[in-house]
Amino acid sequence: MPGTSREGLKVAIVGHVDHGKSTLVGRLLHDTGSLPEGKVEAIREVCRRRGVEFEWAFLMDALQAERDQGITIDTSQIWIKSQSRDYVIIDAPGHKEFLKNMITGAAASDAALLVIDGAEGVKEQSRRHGYLLHLLGVRQIAVAVNKMDLVGFSQARFEEIEKEYRAYLIGVGVTPTHIVPISGRGGDNVVTQSVNMPWYKGPTVMGALERFKVVTQPEGLPLRMPVQDVYKFDHRRIIAGRIDSGVLKVGDRVLFSPSNKSARVASIEAWLVPGTPTEVRAGISTGFTLDEQIFVERGEIVSHEAQPPIESDVFRARLFWLGKTSLTVGSRYRLKLATAEAQVRVQAIEHVVDTGDLSTAASDKVERNAVAEVILQADRVLALDEFTSAPLSGRFVLVDGYDIAGGGIISMAGYADQRQALTVKSRNITWTEQAVSVEARARRNGHRGGVIWFTGLSGSGKSTLSSAVERRLFSLGYQVFVLDGDNMRHGLNSDLGFSPDERAENIRRVGEVAALMSRAGMVVLTAFISPYRSDRARARKAVGDSFHEVYVKADLATCERRDPKGLYRKARAGEIQEFTGISAPYEPPETAELVVDTAAMDVEQSVDAIVSYVREQFADRAAQAAGGKR
Amino acid sequence: MTPLDALESQSIYIFREAFNRIGKLAMLWSLGKDSNVMVWLARKAFFGRLPFPVLHIDTGKKFKEMYDFRDQYAKEWGLDLILGDCPPVEEMDPSLPPAARSAARKTAGLKRVLKAHGFEGVFAGIRRDEEGTRAKERYFSPRSGAGAGKWDVRDQPPEFWGQFNTDFPPGTHLRIHPLLHWTELDIWKYSDREKIPMVPLYFARNGKRYRSLGDQDITSPVSSNASTVAEVIAELETTKVAERSGRAMDHEAEDAFERLRADGYM
Repeated sequence: MPGTSREGLKVAIVGHVDHGKSTLVGRLLHDTGSLPEGKVEAIREVCRRRGVEFEWAFLMDALQAERDQGITIDTSQIWIKSQSRDYVIIDAPGHKEFLKNMITGAAASDAALLVIDGAEGVKEQSRRHGYLLHLLGVRQIAVAVNKMDLVGFSQARFEEIEKEYRAYLIGVGVTPTHIVPISGRGGDNVVTQSVNMPWYKGPTVMGALERFKVVTQPEGLPLRMPVQDVYKFDHRRIIAGRIDSGVLKVGDRVLFSPSNKSARVASIEAWLVPGTPTEVRAGISTGFTLDEQIFVERGEIVSHEAQPPIESDVFRARLFWLGKTSLTVGSRYRLKLATAEAQVRVQAIEHVVDTGDLSTAASDKVERNAVAEVILQADRVLALDEFTSAPLSGRFVLVDGYDIAGGGIISMAGYADQRQALTVKSRNITWTEQAVSVEARARRNGHRGGVIWFTGLSGSGKSTLSSAVERRLFSLGYQVFVLDGDNMRHGLNSDLGFSPDERAENIRRVGEVAALMSRAGMVVLTAFISPYRSDRARARKAVGDSFHEVYVKADLATCERRDPKGLYRKARAGEIQEFTGISAPYEPPETAELVVDTAAMDVEQSVDAIVSYVREQFADRAAQAAGGKR
Repeated sequence: MTPLDALESQSIYIFREAFNRIGKLAMLWSLGKDSNVMVWLARKAFFGRLPFPVLHIDTGKKFKEMYDFRDQYAKEWGLDLILGDCPPVEEMDPSLPPAARSAARKTAGLKRVLKAHGFEGVFAGIRRDEEGTRAKERYFSPRSGAGAGKWDVRDQPPEFWGQFNTDFPPGTHLRIHPLLHWTELDIWKYSDREKIPMVPLYFARNGKRYRSLGDQDITSPVSSNASTVAEVIAELETTKVAERSGRAMDHEAEDAFERLRADGYM
């Protein structure tokens, strides 16, 4: 059958307002013979009635408001053909006001052509669009320097713009495939080589499009299929979704994240497909059944067990913001990541990016149409990927009220994969009740067991305070013990290093040990930086009600001045990587049971505060009721 | 994955998103080539079964072949068919040009059925390559205002990365467009591959065939000798005639079609 083997490519046309994008598209359509008959005459007639000169842009700018104002409001699509390819040309508005429409158009493309006015030169949206293309995942970018007729087809002017914009794109991380001097109005270097610019030896715009590579489905990457729905229309229970990457085969053991359930693929289901499919590849919307009935639902990500997605409730993101109101620290939004949804809170704005000169600056808000790096904290653990390794599960949108208000790509730099901490590998285990009850132990000891969990920056005073409190409580007759960072790492945790994943595991083990000791009736004091809220939340869960978080508060400058172990000096010198407060994040507690400000109080005052807290909270209630007092 | 597989996969994805996220749904079935492909794709999405009714908004002025086709395939495909009728042309906005005014009956009929059944979303088989304002549509297109038909072309929601706006203030109605990314040629190639039945008016008799089907009095055939699907495909690969050139309402005035669509026409 003719045409079935033709390649398809979607190309977005982007750039600053009035730089001639729609005109260029009109010219491309005309010069490739892609217009239906009568179309040019119809536009000529519209222009005559409106009393304006012939306007190519009217091909795409179909809305009355667009024609009245001579501006593209919304993105549009139109089709052109070359010898071997069918192109979808996506025209994107260049006015800042309509950035959400530009993103709608550009995000759907395989490649982009960025148009710059040769007379006006590189403008605000020229840069912002270049930056956003990269963020949106568009990797192939060519540039057309338009309206060369207005600058006398000057080679010097072209080279000036070429140099400036090439440098900008390289700063963003993009190498443009071609930079072409053109005149959209005159058709110079659009489809045919210009006679006015003999000094230009490269391809025309059409030639640049033909040199873009066709984007193929990522079958070679690890399997990812977000569960879209689970159907039970008949006897079959079908897990439905689209394969983002990789290949799914009948008989594969598949893992669902974040529920961490697994089962084997019993069948791949399809209606009206001849034969029984045994495998399905990236890009296909499919459905399959499992060999056992496990409860899974929309939002989970299907993978193979050997290459699962990351699990975390906190991550770093580079995002663009389209919201009607600014994004601020502490704001809550609904996150949509693949088919999952969760509530998230903006934990921090690391910086905002000036897309003009690529500089970054601290800010407490991200305004509409701006780009920023932020830390997001979700209300539950999510399955996700880093954008660089699996783009479709490494990006998300934020919904504010009823509106999609922004999009972002994920990086886990400085944050741990929590999968290991969440996974129970042992099977067939049950919890055995102790023969001696918690109450009996409390009666014998004269106090209840529990955990005082100190958290704070290095140098904030955790070790000093925990030792002093331990001595004081011991002299008061308490069963008390300090779990200290270095001591734990000598034995139980000697297999762990200092990467985010290993730090998370270190804290998980400390939490479990503290939980056991507190059940044994001890007052356990832990002295770990424990910088991540999610890790502390997990320790709290392991311990239960008798967990008490004490925030040992001191600002970074104070801690750095103290520097008892000389670690800050080394971190500043670059000798220690991922040092909390310097090159790795510290997430202060939001609801600590006790805050001890060591910058304001001396050691004695701090110890007094903690000891009186312990005496109040750890009293043996039964003894108290009976009139006993310690 | 072939280009047709990619088109099919995207449409199935949209059907499933809508089915999961939106409440009461229905599908418009105009009996034309696009809506037959749309029914077919929905059956693929839901493994052979259509989990919502189809609506035929009947102007009473369709061709006999279309009514015959409807009666045959509603039964054969096991469709839950709801028929909606349209108010007389006299009740339509008299400031519209004649063919557009006639076509506006369909919008009024549609709004009536949507309201009577309380549908929250309706699938419509429009494509971007048909016409300029359709080229600017979203997959999930919110409509509001009286009769829940108004399309705000100046402020459409962003739609990217396979994430669609699926939450709206109460009273908003949704048009869902699973075929938005298909072309006329794609439709024919796919119906050839899948052997999807079509109304015979699409195939040439006496040197004429219909490329687009509407009401008898405002739709005209084009010159053609393409009498099979393969010949239609061959014709479309080289033709310079616009698909909707035979639809009078598109050509009466520059803004007629946009006005129809802003009011809720498909």
